[in-house]
Amino acid sequence: MHEFRVQVGPARFRIGSVWEGPIRALAELYRDYPTPTITDYTVRLESVSFLRRYIRPSVAINGDFMLPDAAPLPLAFALLAGEMAMNVQMALGWRRHLLLHASAVEKDGKALIMTGESGSGKSTLSAMLGHMGWRFMGDEFVLLDLVTGEAMPFPRLISLKNEAIDEMQTQVAADRFGPLMRGTPKGDIRHLVPPRDAVQSMGVPARPALLLFPSFGFDAAVRPVAPSEVFARLTQASTNYVALGESGFRALTGFVKAVPARAIDYRNGDEALMLVNQLWDALT
Amino acid sequence: MNVDGMILIGLLRCPETTASYDADAWNALVSIARAEQLLGTVARRLNGIAVPPEIAGILNEARINAGYQRRAALWEADCARRALADIESTVVLMKGTAYAAAGLKASEGRHIGDLDIMVARDALSATEKALLAAGWEWVKPDPYDDAYYRDHMHELPPLIHKDRDRMIDVHHNILPLTAKPKPDAVSMMAKAVLLDNGLYVFAHADMVIHSAAHLFADGELDGGLRNLWDIHCLLDEFSADDFWSELQLRATHHGLWPAVHLAARLAHLVYGTEIPRGWRTKHWQDRFYLKRFTARDAWGRGTRPFLRLLFYVRSHWLRMPPLMLARHLWKKWRMG
Repeated sequence: MHEFRVQVGPARFRIGSVWEGPIRALAELYRDYPTPTITDYTVRLESVSFLRRYIRPSVAINGDFMLPDAAPLPLAFALLAGEMAMNVQMALGWRRHLLLHASAVEKDGKALIMTGESGSGKSTLSAMLGHMGWRFMGDEFVLLDLVTGEAMPFPRLISLKNEAIDEMQTQVAADRFGPLMRGTPKGDIRHLVPPRDAVQSMGVPARPALLLFPSFGFDAAVRPVAPSEVFARLTQASTNYVALGESGFRALTGFVKAVPARAIDYRNGDEALMLVNQLWDALT
Repeated sequence: MNVDGMILIGLLRCPETTASYDADAWNALVSIARAEQLLGTVARRLNGIAVPPEIAGILNEARINAGYQRRAALWEADCARRALADIESTVVLMKGTAYAAAGLKASEGRHIGDLDIMVARDALSATEKALLAAGWEWVKPDPYDDAYYRDHMHELPPLIHKDRDRMIDVHHNILPLTAKPKPDAVSMMAKAVLLDNGLYVFAHADMVIHSAAHLFADGELDGGLRNLWDIHCLLDEFSADDFWSELQLRATHHGLWPAVHLAARLAHLVYGTEIPRGWRTKHWQDRFYLKRFTARDAWGRGTRPFLRLLFYVRSHWLRMPPLMLARHLWKKWRMG
């Protein structure tokens, strides 16, 4: 097995692959990140069978934690397979924080958290804000401290999809991007290395100050969201809320009470940025 | 680094050996223990022993998981108790949930998945109706599988609760009806013990016998190290002069003395369990079991595919007569 180890936020990964290519690609894209010795989770990018290591090679997404129905991907999408496998470890394994499926950026020690379904634009918005004066904290998971309620960054590679790829290519230098993967099960995907300050400060938490539920594709609008609805939606957005028991309940209710929440609709990036800045100035 | 499941066995036997671990050893240990569903047990064994800070975080996570699984399993057991309050049978908890409900050492840090219960065979259809009325649903709607379960198995086809997404296996015996030994289920139910919380568990000897039957006669030895750890803990906790003779008598009565003797020998070989001197006989095949139990590499991957295949075929062989096995495998193969 070829091996690569990396620390993202507080989580340490050991990634092994029977192919050298994916390991070299990961090492290149994660070049700014620390290399741990002892790791929390092992990820295995394996061939589905001995023959499929060489003929139409296909990557099985395996590791300490696995989804029984995770379909293998062509070797050309190995970076996506690695990303998905790391996500699975966090979603099924992480118990040290309340884990929210959300993106986050930070300014003045305060965190803006965005959550929503795939396609809501939370990932793209965090990438854009992270390149215009905010600190990027993560585009997939936000980790809430079970005692202090602070948000801990998880700034893995930004996973850009479809139109977001072009949008970010106009703003960021080409050497920060991974290879373009066309026609994956999730559409076109291209990884973007987060800004250097995001990686350097990945151990620095921030106090949650605003929660947004973005929706892409509607006329610009802002709606308040009742605490009961925020609570219910965040239990759905958390993969470990139930497992954490009472401490998860305390962390989540504490969050809902302390953090103002709004739903925003938008038709394009500029509209979204304007709404975000207005709300941020008004509510924090 | 040439690592296999022996690293996990070494730790469970003697947690102090971790003092000599380097980072590679820890990484291998964590992956192997997760694959064998024994990380929670490892965390229990390492209570109070100094470990690197990264490992302390991992073990704490395993403790949180074990606590959650225990809570969820006992809640599920109580849901089943309430759903089945009116059927004309005791409802006996089995395996992990039983160990947790009875507060046994085997449950400390243990992974608990599905809920396993046993009811009297003539109360099966009432049980089925009561569970369906209380929100459980069939997992496998396939007619062949359904008929197979009902005609030849010792349990109903698995049910899953539609809101809580938890599986329940309803047994009326501890071995498939097609297996050669015919355990005395009626007597097992009659000797079951009522706990303070209104739930029943098997009497000590029957509990060990079921655990041994489950390990060998009804499985492919997947998760063998975990099941054998159960047996180690049960034997260790029940151990007393008259327990061993009671266990042998009961096992013989159920036709399961060979399985219980093998389980005790292997627990002694693998985990150093104290068993009676007269039970410590040498058998050439015991080493193959050890090889099968430890078939994992430093990445947590299963190794020794040929040995695994042998045990897989053997498990089916024990479960049903050869002609029936051929028909079953043919059917399964055609269904893909």
